Amino acid sequence: MPGNGPRRSREDRAVAEITLVEAVNLALARVLADDPSAVIFGGVFRATDGLQRRFGAHSVLDTPLAENMIAGIAVGMAAQGMKPVAEIQFMGFIYPALDQMLSHAARLRNRTRGRLNCPLVLRAPYGGGIHAPEHHSESTEALFAHIPGLRVVIPSSPQRAYGLLLAAIRDPDPVIFLEPKRIYRLIKQEVEDDGQALPLDVCYVQRPGSDVTLVSWGAMMHETLQAADELAAEGIDAEVIDVATIKPIDMATIADSVARTGRCVIVHEAARSGGVGGEIAAQLAEHSLLNLLAPVRRVTGFDTVMPLLRNEKVFMPGVERIKTVVHETLEFS
Amino acid sequence: MATQITPPPLHVEIGYHQYLDNDGNPIVELPESANDLERLRQLLRTMLLVRTFDKRAIALQRTGHIGTYASCYGQEAIGTAIGDLLHPDDVLLPSYRETPAMLMRGATMTDLLLYWGGDERGMNWQQCREDFPVCIPIATQCTHACGVAFAFKYRQQPRVALCTLGDGGTSKGDFYEALNLAGTWKLPVLMLAINNQWAISVPRAAQSGAQSLAQKAIAAGVASEIVDGNDLIALRHRLALALERVRAGEPYLIEATTYRLGDHTTADDASRYRSDEEVCQYQAADPIPRLEKYLQARGAWSEGEAQQCLEQCKAEVEDAVTAYLATPPEPPTAIFDHLYARLPDAYAWQRAQAQQGGQGCG
Repeated sequence: MPGNGPRRSREDRAVAEITLVEAVNLALARVLADDPSAVIFGGVFRATDGLQRRFGAHSVLDTPLAENMIAGIAVGMAAQGMKPVAEIQFMGFIYPALDQMLSHAARLRNRTRGRLNCPLVLRAPYGGGIHAPEHHSESTEALFAHIPGLRVVIPSSPQRAYGLLLAAIRDPDPVIFLEPKRIYRLIKQEVEDDGQALPLDVCYVQRPGSDVTLVSWGAMMHETLQAADELAAEGIDAEVIDVATIKPIDMATIADSVARTGRCVIVHEAARSGGVGGEIAAQLAEHSLLNLLAPVRRVTGFDTVMPLLRNEKVFMPGVERIKTVVHETLEFS
Repeated sequence: MATQITPPPLHVEIGYHQYLDNDGNPIVELPESANDLERLRQLLRTMLLVRTFDKRAIALQRTGHIGTYASCYGQEAIGTAIGDLLHPDDVLLPSYRETPAMLMRGATMTDLLLYWGGDERGMNWQQCREDFPVCIPIATQCTHACGVAFAFKYRQQPRVALCTLGDGGTSKGDFYEALNLAGTWKLPVLMLAINNQWAISVPRAAQSGAQSLAQKAIAAGVASEIVDGNDLIALRHRLALALERVRAGEPYLIEATTYRLGDHTTADDASRYRSDEEVCQYQAADPIPRLEKYLQARGAWSEGEAQQCLEQCKAEVEDAVTAYLATPPEPPTAIFDHLYARLPDAYAWQRAQAQQGGQGCG
């Protein structure tokens, strides 16, 4: 529920302080109200709370529990010009749907030379830090970011969740929309339900700075921003970039920042090897080498199986680790 | 109200439908559609055309003019019945052996040669544009068919989604998950399992302990039956009845029994895993001579006509081959131009590199 109660903007639209999961719900409701071809199904975190009651069981669907089927019917619906928004309960259960996303959703436009297309959205809560059971905490976004033809989008705040989800649903191509569940209810932000989408395929410079570029996405944006605040107290001016769309990556914004700062630290929760951070670092090495004053560094999860909750904190990148690596980067000569 | 957690016992029967014996003689009273001799002659011509096309396509593969090819030798009647009965605004979701249906719905032989020859444009048909392309990952098209059928039901359109799959495909979760959803949501979907006895080198007996593939529908609350898939007259009648049921909103599964007389694809050599005796035995059930004999007995087909038809088929196929061979490949940039509705800026430089001739990216 809104923290300070609803108020009215100049356009007389409801503006409320809401959480990220409420922003997802708000965007879904907006799409259902605006687009008769939209249908939504799946879900466990109450992101779809109340929608079936408001919009009816014919467009807010209960499905049998079968993730491969959920993705497969979304392909069929999308090819028919519908706008399916399917939810997988946790990213840990998305893998049966991987075949459909890779073998069909990502390829349908290309393999019919545009005769059919596949404007579906597959949503899934992801990431650790909520003391969840086994298989409920992984961050495997890089698996999807490797697939040509897909988009992978990750919001880091309520406003961004609302705007990016609207954009993902309106996009004419398939989008994997990964919701950082650790921050589902962590912060509230004013979100205006104005139906305005945010652009995809671009990074957002969250905090301008001149000494070092910190690059992150999803829940890790919060540790990264906190590290930047604490570094500011030490007189270190960090620029913080929210990648937001991790496939395709807007390297122009990142490279532009690195051209000014000369230093870059990438922060992600996912395991280190083969992570999206490696792709960003590789592209900086290829195209920005002469702008770099220090090696690009990564702060990531370990190359281990995601630990159960007792050791979860060991795995999750924290503010102190980020600050340490930033210091090392700044001290490099 | 009494609480009942145990459902009542279930009694089901699965019908088997064969109308003609191997020599084209009726073994039951034939339906009215068996008297439409002119239509049957047209369909026989389609089957002969596809058989001619398959032979030519295999020869093209052997001489390096197309890539791997999957022929439908021996199972032409099934695709032909589908092509005959599915409405133009229905949606076909084929596997990869439904050549007659694809041709009858508007794909051209040149399209199919382009596809098997390694050109994506071969799946960009000018008619029945909502039909799905050939589907190689086994049974994955079954859930697509449910999604398409849902769209029809959602929009209250009296249209049908028809997907085909093989006997091997019925072992996959995709098939069971789709069947389960079709039964739960009462979707206008017809799943046609083409049991050609061999999933590449795995025989039907090693595929499932179930007595029939059709009975797999029972657990999903979906009605089903078995049809002799080499009997065009039975297929047409049973498929027409099934489509009527599906169009009225009831999912259905047909197991069409047939035999893959050829190799799985040109990359396969079936003689390594099955005997000549077995193949010869099934040659007797070939759908083409069966229909020819039926029409001959009705005075609607002759040796002379067969010969003339074959000559026409060869000429038509040659025209398609000529058109295929004369089609230049797409420019290198085509590999980028349908990846997304609009190519993301991030990949613009890669497209530019492809334009300069490719050799990979770097």
